[in-house]
Amino acid sequence: MSNDPVVRTVNLVKIYQNGGVPVPAVRGIDLSVEPGSFTAITGPSGSGKSTLVHMLGGLDPRTSGEIWMSGKRVDTLSESAWALLRRERIGLVFQFFNLIGNMTVADNVELPALLAGATPREARERREYLLGELGLADRADDSPTRLAGGEQQRVALARALANRPSLLLADEPTGNLDSRNTRDVLRLLSQVHKDGQTIIMVTHDARVASLADRLVTLLDGQIVDDGSIPAPRRRPLGRAGDVIELHG
Amino acid sequence: MHVIHSGNVNVNTQGDYAPVTEEMGVRLPLLALLAKEPAHGYELKQALELTFGAAYPSPNIGQIYVTLGRLEKDGLVRAVAVEQSNRPNKKVYYLTEDGREALTTWADGIVEGPRVRDEFFMKLVLAPMTGIADRSALIGRQTRHFLGIMRDLHHLAETTPPEDRFAHLLIEGAMLHLQADLDWLERCREELT
Ligand SMILES: Nc1ncnc2c1ncn2[C@@H]1O[C@H](COP(=O)(O)OP(=O)(O)O)[C@@H](O)[C@H]1O
Ligand SMILES: [Mg+2]
Repeated sequence: MSNDPVVRTVNLVKIYQNGGVPVPAVRGIDLSVEPGSFTAITGPSGSGKSTLVHMLGGLDPRTSGEIWMSGKRVDTLSESAWALLRRERIGLVFQFFNLIGNMTVADNVELPALLAGATPREARERREYLLGELGLADRADDSPTRLAGGEQQRVALARALANRPSLLLADEPTGNLDSRNTRDVLRLLSQVHKDGQTIIMVTHDARVASLADRLVTLLDGQIVDDGSIPAPRRRPLGRAGDVIELHG
Repeated sequence: MHVIHSGNVNVNTQGDYAPVTEEMGVRLPLLALLAKEPAHGYELKQALELTFGAAYPSPNIGQIYVTLGRLEKDGLVRAVAVEQSNRPNKKVYYLTEDGREALTTWADGIVEGPRVRDEFFMKLVLAPMTGIADRSALIGRQTRHFLGIMRDLHHLAETTPPEDRFAHLLIEGAMLHLQADLDWLERCREELT
């Protein structure tokens, strides 16, 4: 396995044109993400988080700068080359789920694995595992159009993980979930992280971010804080009552 | 000390867990248990464990006796000695009228809302004057520290049996507080940096 960063950006810039007015969304980001790491990206609304991860997924062209993946320059790739790269290496969970309405939930999740050359049996077993972990086993035969927003979001996550992508890119993947479903997602993400897959995730949910090794904070299209998430200084909590202390 | 209070979940911003007042911590649970029926110290310890599950800091029998002694001195409980065959007498405690009144007053009263008495807030405001601390760095470090505590709470939730509902509610409360603190730090960053 190579030691190159899974993702490396060099002075990455994105300027949208809004009716002739330039909108600088990402303003010179240098980011390097090591294999197997879990990076959470946070920052206020409009700070450029979605724009950044869209560029990393090849969904939005950069204005200037470079993007490298595992030692290979990718910002210069054609759309079809990006599509291939995604199929082989990248799982995406974005705010538009793009689930296919006239296929069942099960087929939506199995499709990427089948496209990547998995046998039907492998694809089915992987799908059963993922939907089971996310509490969606009983929705397998439904159309995604019949699911609630939070359910669709979890299907999109299952689909993104179907191929065991070496890189999972996600933009607010728990934004529509209640706490029980968030817990399922957290458990699955911990497993994915433990399995050595690299995760880059935009999130405002502190429970999700707390699973990460590293927190990157954006403000106005720039990185303003970047550091590891430390273990608390005190001994870890042993039981819920340790949250309280009594004086008698 | 800088503590964010609400109910009896007190999480301070150092990642330590701050003392609740004696009132909430030991005295009132004991009064409440005695309102049900008279009991001796050890029975009270067991009843606390049963009632709260893991949501209660391991009740310490010495602490319970000390508190019962103080409650007795304040006239809120009274003790009677019960003879036991071939053992020393044991003290059985019961609630007095005053004790019942104190309990009712407590139960009827409202609880202070969350308040932030925060050393971090002082640092943030005073940072430019100290010439050492830069606000953006302060906010970043504090944010990551809170996430470390969140991870700890998450681990605690994973290792607490699901049937211990009070414990889970307590942990969830602490998590929601942290989430609010983190949202607030983000607001500070937007406004101040
Ligand atoms: N397609 C677009 N056209 C024009 N401006 C855009 C577009 N997408 C995003 N922006 C602008 O770029 C900035 C960053 O947006 P975004 O990356 O969505 O931020 P975040 O995800 O952090 O909320 C915002 O000012 C937003 O209005
Ligand atoms: Mg966004």
